[in-house]
Amino acid sequence: MSAPLLTVDDLRVTFPTRTGEVQAVRGVSFTLGRERLGIVGESGSGKSQTGRAIMGLTPGHAKITASKLEFDGIDLLKATPKQRRDLRGKRIGMILQDPKYSLNPVMTIGKQIIETLLAHEKLSRSEARERALKMLEAVQIRDPERVFGLYPNEVSGGMGQRVMIAMMLICGPEMLIADEPTSALDVTVQLDVLSILDKLVAERGMGLVFISHDLRLVSSFCDRVIVMYAGRIVEELPSADLAQAKHPYTQGLLNCLPTIGTDRHPLPVLERKAEWSA
Amino acid sequence: MKMGKMTDRTALSVRDMVVTFDEYVALDKVSVDVATGESFGIVGESGSGKSTLLRAVAGLNRFDEGTLSVDGRTYRSGSRDKEFYRTVQMVFQDPYGSLHPRQTVDRLLLEPLAIHGFDDIDGRIARALDEVGLGAGFRFRYSHQLSGGQRQRIAIARALILEPKILLLDEPTSALDASIQAEILNLLEQARKDRNLTFVMVSHDLGVISHMCERVAVMKNGRIVETVPVEALEKRAFSEDYTRQLLVASEGFRRG
Ligand SMILES: Nc1ncnc2c1ncn2[C@@H]1O[C@H](COP(=O)(O)OP(=O)(O)OP(=O)(O)O)[C@@H](O)[C@H]1O
Ligand SMILES: Nc1ncnc2c1ncn2[C@@H]1O[C@H](COP(=O)(O)OP(=O)(O)OP(=O)(O)O)[C@@H](O)[C@H]1O
Ligand SMILES: [Mg+2]
Ligand SMILES: [Mg+2]
Repeated sequence: MSAPLLTVDDLRVTFPTRTGEVQAVRGVSFTLGRERLGIVGESGSGKSQTGRAIMGLTPGHAKITASKLEFDGIDLLKATPKQRRDLRGKRIGMILQDPKYSLNPVMTIGKQIIETLLAHEKLSRSEARERALKMLEAVQIRDPERVFGLYPNEVSGGMGQRVMIAMMLICGPEMLIADEPTSALDVTVQLDVLSILDKLVAERGMGLVFISHDLRLVSSFCDRVIVMYAGRIVEELPSADLAQAKHPYTQGLLNCLPTIGTDRHPLPVLERKAEWSA
Repeated sequence: MKMGKMTDRTALSVRDMVVTFDEYVALDKVSVDVATGESFGIVGESGSGKSTLLRAVAGLNRFDEGTLSVDGRTYRSGSRDKEFYRTVQMVFQDPYGSLHPRQTVDRLLLEPLAIHGFDDIDGRIARALDEVGLGAGFRFRYSHQLSGGQRQRIAIARALILEPKILLLDEPTSALDASIQAEILNLLEQARKDRNLTFVMVSHDLGVISHMCERVAVMKNGRIVETVPVEALEKRAFSEDYTRQLLVASEGFRRG
């Protein structure tokens, strides 16, 4: 096997707060090749903060350490802010969990896509406009002409997510961290968006980190899955084997999904054990 | 729906509601009747107008045409009085936009209680945090210091703390992992039973809808294309092709 695209070894992210330290990520290690890696886990378990640390988007007052954090041979912790910015714009992309929040609220959707496009390629304005509209169409936005002229607060939740995805497609990154990229999409559009990501992995050899709460999606879409709990990885397994998970947290997760045609009131809930977060 | 239910047992009645943004018609003559104590689901395409409908009911969007009555009172397009928000609370789709990032959790929960003159504020805040699975340790965090799912739980606590009669829930659990989703759904269901609450719930998870709701409306292009009892999902007893597509897609991703 060739060298992995990304190596994360013993990553830790700690926030000082008024009421003491919050250890958001406590020793996470994994590697990513040109594959689809899923990350699932408890709300607050450190999934987003892991992604942000890789991107260099951790809030300034937080403390990050790792024995290794390397992208394609580049030591990310030693990289200068400028090097990291360059990586972010070109080689590594992230779809943030809060799509609308990460768009510029005072610039129309179309203008934002065009600016991103022009930062990457030499095009005329009208060519750029044409391409931006095509992108919106590719992510199944109906009526791209209209959406082009809207401000972020004027689009629906799922449209905001797809705008973020469209911007990512323009950058054509070698590695993409997608944090809940489809949580606001109706299921049919969800599958269309996954097909686009799937193609990028299969055809362009992109490495994809797919953070999601949706176990059905992760198990059917990803190659491998990492399960996080309280800042650590508690289990890693091929996605297809998710149903045979060993850790009681993962087993519990699968058991508390409501499904059509089952009548379980109240739903079973997890009994969290102190030793899981030890 | 039968007009027989249109009596004082109706919690929410929307008739021929039209919402436009410039020339764009976001809601095109939508009618919905929800009985008191009922849990009513809404599914549908992204951009089909689900959030717009809830927001128009909550007075956060204007509506251009149609009528709205809530808990026996008629409302016009535009802002709502204090009494309305005692009766109706909304959980927004976007937990980032709906909570002020520079406010502590304590402040976020205290404010509605103070506005409506509640007693035992301290006890209520502590209980509310406990109910959504966030302990006292979160009380003095700022909302920008929370994860996505933690923020969503604060939004749910904030809606429940006023003990409203009607809850408008826009994708309340799509930011939550399955275990916390189960806890929140159980909490909502229990609250509904205890207080005869009425729910209008938007979700794209048909499993969640069929677990929580008695009836479900399917929206497309600003219209309700059909309304069926949730049992119809299991029995596949619906007429719209789009409903079928939703069901098939909810089974997961197929590479092919
Ligand atoms: N600025 C901050 N200050 C203090 N604690 C923080 C800050 N940002 C995040 N945290 C905490 O770090 C932990 C991990 O957060 P993270 O956003 O990575 O969770 P997550 O796994 O993505 O959860 P979710 O599924 O709910 O999005 C959480 O407990 C959160 O409260
Ligand atoms: N303030 C606004 N200005 C212009 N258009 C708007 C505004 N608010 C909503 N719209 C449009 O109305 C349509 C319906 O939006 P809405 O948010 O109701 O969709 P939704 O069904 O909730 O979708 P999703 O599942 O993606 O959240 C969208 O096309 C959106 O762009
Ligand atoms: Mg997160
Ligand atoms: Mg919406």
